[in-house]
Amino acid sequence: MVKKPLTLFGQKIRLKTIALYVLVIAITVVMLMPFVWMLSASLKLDRDVFAFPIEWIPSHPRWQNYVDIWTKIPLALFIYNTTKLTVIVTLLQLFTSSFAAYAFAKLRFAYREVLFLAYIATIAMPWQVYMVPQFVEMRALGLNNTHLALICLQAFTAFGVFLMRQFYMSIPDELCEAARIDGMNEYQIWFRIMLPLSKPALSTLTIFTFVSTWNDFLGPLIYLTKTELKTVQIGIRMFITQYSTEYGLIMAASMVSLVPVLIVFLALQRFFVEGIASSGLKG
Amino acid sequence: MVVAREDFDIPVAVRPKRLTKRQRQRRSTLVALSFIAPNFLGFLIFTLGPILFAFALAFMHWDGSNAITFAGLDNFWRLFSDRSFITAFWNTLIYTAVSVPATLCCSLGLAVLLNQKLKGRNFFRAAMFFPYVASLVAVAVVWNMIFNPEMGPVNMLLYELGVDPKNLPGWAASNSWAMVTVILFGIWKSMGYYMVIYLAGLQGISPELYEAADLDGANGWQKFWYVTVPQLGPTTFFVSVMLTIQSFKVFDQIMLLTEGGPGTSTLVLVYHVYNEAFISWDLGYSSMVALVLFLMVLTVTVVQFRLTRED
Repeated sequence: MVKKPLTLFGQKIRLKTIALYVLVIAITVVMLMPFVWMLSASLKLDRDVFAFPIEWIPSHPRWQNYVDIWTKIPLALFIYNTTKLTVIVTLLQLFTSSFAAYAFAKLRFAYREVLFLAYIATIAMPWQVYMVPQFVEMRALGLNNTHLALICLQAFTAFGVFLMRQFYMSIPDELCEAARIDGMNEYQIWFRIMLPLSKPALSTLTIFTFVSTWNDFLGPLIYLTKTELKTVQIGIRMFITQYSTEYGLIMAASMVSLVPVLIVFLALQRFFVEGIASSGLKG
Repeated sequence: MVVAREDFDIPVAVRPKRLTKRQRQRRSTLVALSFIAPNFLGFLIFTLGPILFAFALAFMHWDGSNAITFAGLDNFWRLFSDRSFITAFWNTLIYTAVSVPATLCCSLGLAVLLNQKLKGRNFFRAAMFFPYVASLVAVAVVWNMIFNPEMGPVNMLLYELGVDPKNLPGWAASNSWAMVTVILFGIWKSMGYYMVIYLAGLQGISPELYEAADLDGANGWQKFWYVTVPQLGPTTFFVSVMLTIQSFKVFDQIMLLTEGGPGTSTLVLVYHVYNEAFISWDLGYSSMVALVLFLMVLTVTVVQFRLTRED
């Protein structure tokens, strides 16, 4: 008498769990379907790409696609350009943001509030509102069709300063005071105390900057028209418009462009989730 | 000798200089400014300057090469007679009105689902999140191939399921389906991101509330509706503000999926700004359209500020 409802109850729970797993797996499959299809198509002949029913695992995988893309378009150069831009922008962003944020959070000086207000006021300002005058200005400075333009565009964001300042505010002032009494100057305090303590915020900022620079489309589209300067995103875009029917090759190039982001994402996945959860804001 | 020399040297070098209060203040200000300068100079030249320039330019005529002339309100009045602008404005609002609630519901649903104890939960979360970081160009091209009206697997599947070939959706290539395609793509790409924000919100709900609901005999659905949803109020508000602003600014995915077409069926505000500036080289008018976008974002931000203050 006692056993029966228990097993029933147990069975009910098990059914529910199974249903939950089925649902989650089904959603995951739908979410990842485009990537699987991309991978599968990248190993096919153009005429087989759209064959129906879909042959998910090609019987004669065409690895040649992954050889051809390097010669058909300067994909290696595009990847080099993007990597260069991404690394420089990320380093500059980390350095200048944490440096400025230290002053805004821990130092007292005239016009501190006014200067910080200038940052706050622009944080909600969409880049698209001022991209045109910015372009005109860069052109006047002779930066059109240079990588420097994109570096200047992305390395000094209000977001970075804001994020780092919020984090530094949570570090007690007494720590800085103690260091000052020990005879450290402000630069040493920033370098030896604040930077090591702010690893979580720095990794959040690294991830956001890396992803947004690597994946930026509109910036390079406006600034870079010379093929040898192009980034992966607009390089592949060019390739797609030139060889619009070479599906296998397009898919192979797209796969390659995903790899760096995938590696960074898998390596820093934990920080990604924690970073968004704690800061939550990126426009 | 040596001792005597040291005696003579040390006090001069080490004796703290008596700085006046003003000198000390000045020195600390200089130190602070040296911290701020590297970022602020870049920010001033490449962000603040162009923003001020943008406001001025909205009231000018300029083609980018000849002299700038003052236009007064010409650009402003032109908005009302510009058919493309009106279309872009409405399309932006339609995109926002559909994609914001849809993305909100999907990401909340995902978060609730993946907040439960599941084996491989982290893998599932990462899988949902991945489209958000995947490069747009790559996923847009694969999306267009999957949704290709003639050959794509989606329409093939619909055909197999018995949909009349005449009724198969034209997706990005048809006037009536292009907006749907763009919206679906936006939801798919961004819902993982908002799911993570919701997950953080869910973890902030006190378990006692659920225990109390259990005692009252609430079922799962009731607990979701009467505990989870109200407790997530602030998160939902935050997410909807962010989504709204993102939707106002939508451009990349439209350029890559439909190029604003067919016709003007997916023309949005930023696309119009882009066209007026870099295709027509009408920089003044383009800035006026950008100003409209700014006012829209500003309205949302002010409303958000007011409402969060009241709380």
